[in-house]
Amino acid sequence: MADPMATTLAPPRASATQFDTDELVINMGPQHPSTHGVLRVVLKLDGEKVIDADCVIGYIHRGIEKLSENRDWTQIILLTDRMDYVAAATNNLGYCEAVEKLMQVEVPRRARYVRTILAELQRIASHCLWLGTHAMDIGAMTVLLYAFREREFVLDLFEEFCGARLTYNSMRVGGLPLDIPPGWDQKVLAFCDLMEGKLNDYETLLTNNRIWLKRTRNVGVIPADEAIGLGLCGPPLRGSGVLRDVRKDEPYAAYDEFDFNIPIGTNGDTYDRYLIRMDEFRESIRIIRQAIEGIPEGPFVGKVPRLLKPAAGETYHAIESPKGELGYFIVSDGKSTNPYRFRVRPPSFCNLQGLRRLVVGHMVADVVALIGTIDIVLGEVDR
Amino acid sequence: MTDESKPQGPEGGAPARPAPGAETGTAPQPKPLPRPAPGAAARPRPKPKPKAPPEPPKGPEDQAPPDGMALPPAVTALQEGVPGAVSQVSFWVGDWTVIVAADRLLDVMRFLRDDPATTFDYCSDVTAVDWPPREQRFDVIYCLYSTRHRHRLRVKVRAGEDDPIESVTCLWTAANWLEREVWDQFGVNIVNHPDLRRILMPDEWQGHPQRKDYPLEGPGELLMENPQDWLRVRNLPDEAVVGAADEEIE
Repeated sequence: MADPMATTLAPPRASATQFDTDELVINMGPQHPSTHGVLRVVLKLDGEKVIDADCVIGYIHRGIEKLSENRDWTQIILLTDRMDYVAAATNNLGYCEAVEKLMQVEVPRRARYVRTILAELQRIASHCLWLGTHAMDIGAMTVLLYAFREREFVLDLFEEFCGARLTYNSMRVGGLPLDIPPGWDQKVLAFCDLMEGKLNDYETLLTNNRIWLKRTRNVGVIPADEAIGLGLCGPPLRGSGVLRDVRKDEPYAAYDEFDFNIPIGTNGDTYDRYLIRMDEFRESIRIIRQAIEGIPEGPFVGKVPRLLKPAAGETYHAIESPKGELGYFIVSDGKSTNPYRFRVRPPSFCNLQGLRRLVVGHMVADVVALIGTIDIVLGEVDR
Repeated sequence: MTDESKPQGPEGGAPARPAPGAETGTAPQPKPLPRPAPGAAARPRPKPKPKAPPEPPKGPEDQAPPDGMALPPAVTALQEGVPGAVSQVSFWVGDWTVIVAADRLLDVMRFLRDDPATTFDYCSDVTAVDWPPREQRFDVIYCLYSTRHRHRLRVKVRAGEDDPIESVTCLWTAANWLEREVWDQFGVNIVNHPDLRRILMPDEWQGHPQRKDYPLEGPGELLMENPQDWLRVRNLPDEAVVGAADEEIE
């Protein structure tokens, strides 16, 4: 492929001599069902081949960063729910850990275990949604119904834990808002057993399916050095064979106490990214089982003041969300009870930037496969 | 005044004051008293005294590392490789930050990316912080990560409103959208960027929302209709703003 820098340059302006060609500019979105929200992709086509693509985002920009700078540190947690709304607990976790890092608060071990369980359940729910919609974009309707059925079980578990099904507000700075209900851990284990069998069902439908292979193999290939330069993160980066996972590299919560693998790909195509996420399901189940088995007794929230007021300073804290590296950069001025600056490094935003590099040269029909494979949530892209 | 003094009868349930802006078409009339309470009718409610706004913060602390703490190899390599570029090294809750001069930014970044001791090949984040009273009001912050050495470093540059900041998109393609966002939200003057457009706000938007002097509630509809009037209204003193805005909307 061409050099990576070429992907950043603006498309050449159409001059008078170019008007005779058969290029066609079409809008895909913002109300297109396969763009997973309100993403608009302006495609420049030569026949059915994409020769350029420009993403237009910001349709649901709500100014979460600005809003957060005018709320106190605890009130922000529920705003983070509204970013990646299919993985709200992960957002809560990243934010709370960032504030804990800034305040140097010790979190009890039990809370760290429960947080890990919640984050991994959330990864399963998020990947279920990704799998269902991605497969439906490509044409496999059945998987959507199956995957949403299993996602429902995770939502039920969350509902039992904190009472909400989508926006959980499920963590606090220093720990958790409440302890796990009695018998909940057994239900989580039962879900893990069930999920393992269902994963085999999904794979029967897709992994060796000839249509699936034709639609995903060698589609959207990106080599490792380009993926790193483009700032891809999460499964799109690991699909290119880069061993990078924040859970291993910079352990947070209780991940350093568990044994799990980081699946990586070899070709960097859509099929590899699919296989990686299917393996991540199984690794998540493995982590949850270890965590439930070793969950310690003790308090579920640490000693934190009621009104948070971190000393003046700044920090960046990253975690591995289902989409990739979710980072929070927060600045405290040490005087007020609000953050002076609250910045989110959204993984979907950085992955979406790579879409243009992925789609150029492919057919229009592959664009939906490629939007699906990078797994974006527009609530997080636009914030 | 306590709650008991409020009238509870049917005459007390008269509609309270009209919604602001509801009758902008009429001439200014003496407003009827909202509650003709028998006892405490004519006493005007004391206006809440405007509180003095807290003093704006001067800027980040940028705490120096504690005495005797060794600098990480990436920082020492940078100090040797690009002498004189690092003006300050900061350490806080486990994060290292180097503050560099804006005109040396590209040299520093190229060194950090290419030198085998640093190899920051992954640009995690580019963002900015606004410290309005300061002359160089912006901190532009680059969060770098090395997939080979698995270490992090933050690079910070100070910039005034018009000071040019070189784009680092030529080094990390990832910085493209991140710098667009910094320009869109803060108005940092990023130069030599290949594709500097607004990204989160609409293309025709005026102003940069993440600046500290940008109102939280936004500019309202007036801005979209007539930006010049909006600026004029915004610069009026507080008491005049409500009336003036009503006139303009008419």
